[in-house]
Amino acid sequence: MSISRADIEKVAVLARIKVDSEQVSALEKDLGNILDLVDQLSAADTDSVEPMAHPLDAVQKLRPDVVSETSQREAFQAIAPATEDGLYLVPRVIE
Amino acid sequence: MQWDIVIGLEIHVQLATQTKIFSGSSTAFGAEPNTQASAVDLAMPGTLPVPNEQAFRYAVMFGLATNAEIGRRSVFERKNYFYPDLPKGYQTTQLDKPIVGPGYVDIDLADGSSKRVRIHHAHLEEDAGKSLHEDYHGMTGIDLNRAGTPLIEVVTEPDMNSAEEAVAFAKKLHSLVTSLGICDGDMSQGSMRFDVNISLKPKGSDTLGTRTETKNLNSFRFMEQAIAHEVERQMDILEDGGSITQETRLYNGDRDESRSMRSKEEANDYRYFPCPDLLPVEIDDAFIEDARARLPELPDARRARFKEQYGLNDYDAGILSADAKLATFFEETVAHGKDAKLAANWIQGEFSARLNAEEKSVAESPITGAQLGDLVVRIADNTLSSSGAKKVFEALWTGENDNVDAIIEAKGLKQVSDTGALEAMVDEVLAGMPDQVAQYQGEEDPKKRKKMLGGFMGPLMKASKGQGNPKLFNEILVRKLGG
Repeated sequence: MSISRADIEKVAVLARIKVDSEQVSALEKDLGNILDLVDQLSAADTDSVEPMAHPLDAVQKLRPDVVSETSQREAFQAIAPATEDGLYLVPRVIE
Repeated sequence: MQWDIVIGLEIHVQLATQTKIFSGSSTAFGAEPNTQASAVDLAMPGTLPVPNEQAFRYAVMFGLATNAEIGRRSVFERKNYFYPDLPKGYQTTQLDKPIVGPGYVDIDLADGSSKRVRIHHAHLEEDAGKSLHEDYHGMTGIDLNRAGTPLIEVVTEPDMNSAEEAVAFAKKLHSLVTSLGICDGDMSQGSMRFDVNISLKPKGSDTLGTRTETKNLNSFRFMEQAIAHEVERQMDILEDGGSITQETRLYNGDRDESRSMRSKEEANDYRYFPCPDLLPVEIDDAFIEDARARLPELPDARRARFKEQYGLNDYDAGILSADAKLATFFEETVAHGKDAKLAANWIQGEFSARLNAEEKSVAESPITGAQLGDLVVRIADNTLSSSGAKKVFEALWTGENDNVDAIIEAKGLKQVSDTGALEAMVDEVLAGMPDQVAQYQGEEDPKKRKKMLGGFMGPLMKASKGQGNPKLFNEILVRKLGG
């Protein structure tokens, strides 16, 4: 199975990864190889196998609804690029 | 051309838990920005989510109340998109194995009929933070206190065919989740938000048309307006021979305008996959039975009981039972005031009007059900006239005094119901108005007579300094004037 340049460019935009045109050619080959490997897996008969949601055969433990966190805003905001009035500032988002 | 309207809803319901769905941060409303955003909520590297048991309990209670199958094994997925109020770069949500499976809710319509609206499923997920677009030197401010607040997203089948039905469903759902106590129902704070999917098809056709989604409607009124607006927009396009673009739209209720949210179009590929940080959650019989035991009386049952126990008509019972807090207030009023019909009238009249005028919820009412009940007692036993009762209500509301009898005493509002005293006043007033008495007695038409009777009431109320019982005055007048 192969992957098109258009697919790679679309996925790159969705993942917010900047990829130039030379890289796309290399990725076409690498990702194509990975997809070929997945195709081989698809050949296995899985009709009687239940889809797995998680590799661990375990069940999630739940937590009681009790507040356990205190504000550590100062510590977190000390490593933020920009803050004001307690808010994190980010480049303007326009809807 | 005649069109059928097809509407499906997606409703985000904020769960009233103490903490977030995946962290022990408080969900209390109104805290200073980012003081309730922990390392997990901020997506710091190395953190792991731990799900909140109460969020599952509330979701299961919702499922039981909507006749739904409960997902015995539910799985969280990552829905990937980039937005600054979503620090992880994905929303943890459920897709294939939601906690609540197919169910339904029956809604009552204005024409007295009822309709079943099917719920496709309801899933647990986390809310995002808030973006503040006020100007921070050309930047956007982010408050992550809301990030990670548990939500259930309820997805209906496209079973509604008018704005009336969609709003009736929305109100029923609001009534249900507030009665269950799983959501505070405060729509102005975003506790319930509605997305409306709308399409049109030629009348009678089986093929669904292309739909649009109008997002984030946070009041029943805006929802109704947005539906009317979108139906008209689609109708105009279709009747001009155009076609509908599948898209997400934003509705501006203040201007009754909508526009396309183009920015989201490209991001519509969410690349869901099972969240490796969370194991499947298994819900056993004991958990479900525990949730069932916690179910309070639901609105439909309460409505039936109000009719049965208090003799209310269907309309009054419907209004007073829909909101859990209003229902409790009503029952407290009746417990003190005895007369259920009078209590119902005062709650739906004066009390509700005052709450609306001051944009207060029942919980914020300055008067208690017990106080209103005491007032009802004094109206029922004729101590107060209706105008006197309004004065007492006013004094209670403004906090001038908190005791009904003390207010009646202090303001001299006690109605005179001593028939002897009232008869003397009637005799005196009639003696002073011989022309009107003759005119009344010469009139044959009972309607005109009734109207003329009103002409004596003014002077009588004046003679009694406003304290005469109008009902008794009326009876005495009719008797003295000869029927």
